[in-house]
Amino acid sequence: MKTSSSQALLRLLQAHFGKLWLLVVYLFLYGPLLFLILFSFNSTRQDAVFTGFSTRWYEALLNDSRLVGGFFLSLKVAVITGTLSTILGTFAAFVLVRYQRFRGRSLFSGLVSAPLVMPEVIIGLSLLLLMVAVQHAIGWPERGATTIVLGHTLLGMAYATVVVAARLREMDRTIEEAAMDLGCRPLQVFFLVTLPNILPSLVAAWMLTFTLSFDDVVISEFLSGPGVTTLPQVIFGYARRGVNPSIYAAATILILTVSTGIIAYSILTMRAQRRRERDAQAAVLAEIRSVEENVGTA
Amino acid sequence: MNQHDSHPSGFLLTENLVKRFDDVVAVDDVSISIQKGEIFALLGSSGCGKSTLLRILAGFEKPTAGRVLLNGLDIASFPPYERPINMMFQSYALFPHLNIWDNVAFGLKREGMPPAQIKTRVEEMLELVQLTAYAKRKPHQLSGGQQQRVALARSLAKKPQLLLLDEPLGALDKKLRQRTQFELVHIIESVGVTVVMVTHDQEEAMTMASRIAVMSHGRVLQVGTPQEIYECPTNRFVADFIGNINLFDGQLSVDEHDRSEITIDQGVVHIDHGIGGSIGMPLTIAVRPEKIYISKTRPNVNVNLFSGKVREIGYFGSYSSFIVEMQDGRTVVVTEPNGSRLENIDITWDDRVFFWWDEADPVVLTH
Repeated sequence: MKTSSSQALLRLLQAHFGKLWLLVVYLFLYGPLLFLILFSFNSTRQDAVFTGFSTRWYEALLNDSRLVGGFFLSLKVAVITGTLSTILGTFAAFVLVRYQRFRGRSLFSGLVSAPLVMPEVIIGLSLLLLMVAVQHAIGWPERGATTIVLGHTLLGMAYATVVVAARLREMDRTIEEAAMDLGCRPLQVFFLVTLPNILPSLVAAWMLTFTLSFDDVVISEFLSGPGVTTLPQVIFGYARRGVNPSIYAAATILILTVSTGIIAYSILTMRAQRRRERDAQAAVLAEIRSVEENVGTA
Repeated sequence: MNQHDSHPSGFLLTENLVKRFDDVVAVDDVSISIQKGEIFALLGSSGCGKSTLLRILAGFEKPTAGRVLLNGLDIASFPPYERPINMMFQSYALFPHLNIWDNVAFGLKREGMPPAQIKTRVEEMLELVQLTAYAKRKPHQLSGGQQQRVALARSLAKKPQLLLLDEPLGALDKKLRQRTQFELVHIIESVGVTVVMVTHDQEEAMTMASRIAVMSHGRVLQVGTPQEIYECPTNRFVADFIGNINLFDGQLSVDEHDRSEITIDQGVVHIDHGIGGSIGMPLTIAVRPEKIYISKTRPNVNVNLFSGKVREIGYFGSYSSFIVEMQDGRTVVVTEPNGSRLENIDITWDDRVFFWWDEADPVVLTH
């Protein structure tokens, strides 16, 4: 009797093991975030006990000029970093994918991807030394937003190169030859054919490098100047001095913004994909019908 | 030694064209002459150099040596965008981000044609390939056959002096291919453009081309009309590559001006013309399966008559194919049209049969 009930339990466990495992993984991934969102609505400073619902930390957030200032600085830095990284990364990717043979290619390839594996602390420290030396020599750049952007772009460019190169590699090269065949000079080929076709990867690279820059602490910490602090730096500073639920509120706003963006983007691409499939199917059906008609009349 | 002068009427000429990739010779000393208005096919299996040759004509590859003359002008060093040549790619290479109208208009815009003229020309082209209704669609919204027609319209829009077709029907399924073959030839002829096409499909080359160059290992082995290539192959490779053929190795034993005999392992083959060679020289006899007669009863002939046992029968609807094994184990393929000679219907597996051919039918290959 006892063995049969334990066997039944075992069977139940086996049947639902996949779902259970999924639940555990989701909890592991999103549990902390849910916890954070919950406590951003806590009515007191307590971070272990939920004492009641309130939006006071959101109000406090709006009045906290350091957090708000940090947010706008991070936004500015991330937008510029994303743009610069994507432009430089696209050039680097183009050279790496399209010119398989030139002197120093493997060195260049190594140098482009080195920041991906280099510890950020070392990148930050070495950049700090470099910036200080350069500033000493030519009076520029002063440590602040500019130096942070330069540092982030170094890292971002490496990521952008990887993303754009992957798309360039899988792109059908014959459409570039077709463009040349139809009278395009090489530069026209790039802007009229290559660029529109790798655009999705440029958008992806921009979003990736934007995010990378927006939540970077290490490089910002090394390269920021007096009075210049990005949002992650402000949050770190607060966390070091004890709990401030305003940070939870800020984090919740960020999470909601990002997830809304991602969900909207996925819905849009999914719809476009479905429309494409439907159209392709309709075209094939039309062709079959026309063949059949031709056979019928012949 | 100027080949240009020996083919004064050639519209497109390649002179001793060579293309080397590192150690590989992709195109080996190719000299061909193509007339205006011709549909010329480069036929060969993959890696024979036909695609490289086409890419040299298009300007995507620079020849290692030799000249390419179009209308007497050496264009070998011209980049693709400065040649009056357009190409239809095997994958069609339609621009996925542009609709059909813009795809066709692309080349016209590059040469700075006024918008009103572009409009007329694009409409004319879409009319030609019967895709006017699809002008606003994107390429991925069309079927394979429609995409192929867009590619054709785009490559004809600039009125090129030379149109290159890279495996024009290769990406279509078989049913669509046959219909498209004739459609394509019809459109090309109505436009009157000179065409060089590349194909590995002999049927495609035979039905579409006015002349064919058979290529192997970078060399052109034979140039001729489809009929010449099929009926009178000049070498073993061409004979074997085009259609089915039975090849017998032997030696020349009798050679007079109007007849000759060639001794093969299975007997003597009589030919109705002289060879003009030396007695004992090695030769190969090639006989097409459809030129061979087959019967269960002994026919009233006494030359080129052999016998064997039926090993395999393949029924292909309009014709049947028999594989006959001779006494020494050598097999011969014989095809018979179904319906014309009803007597062969009773031929079945393991039957002892006679087969023979006319003295005019074998092709004698000297190499």
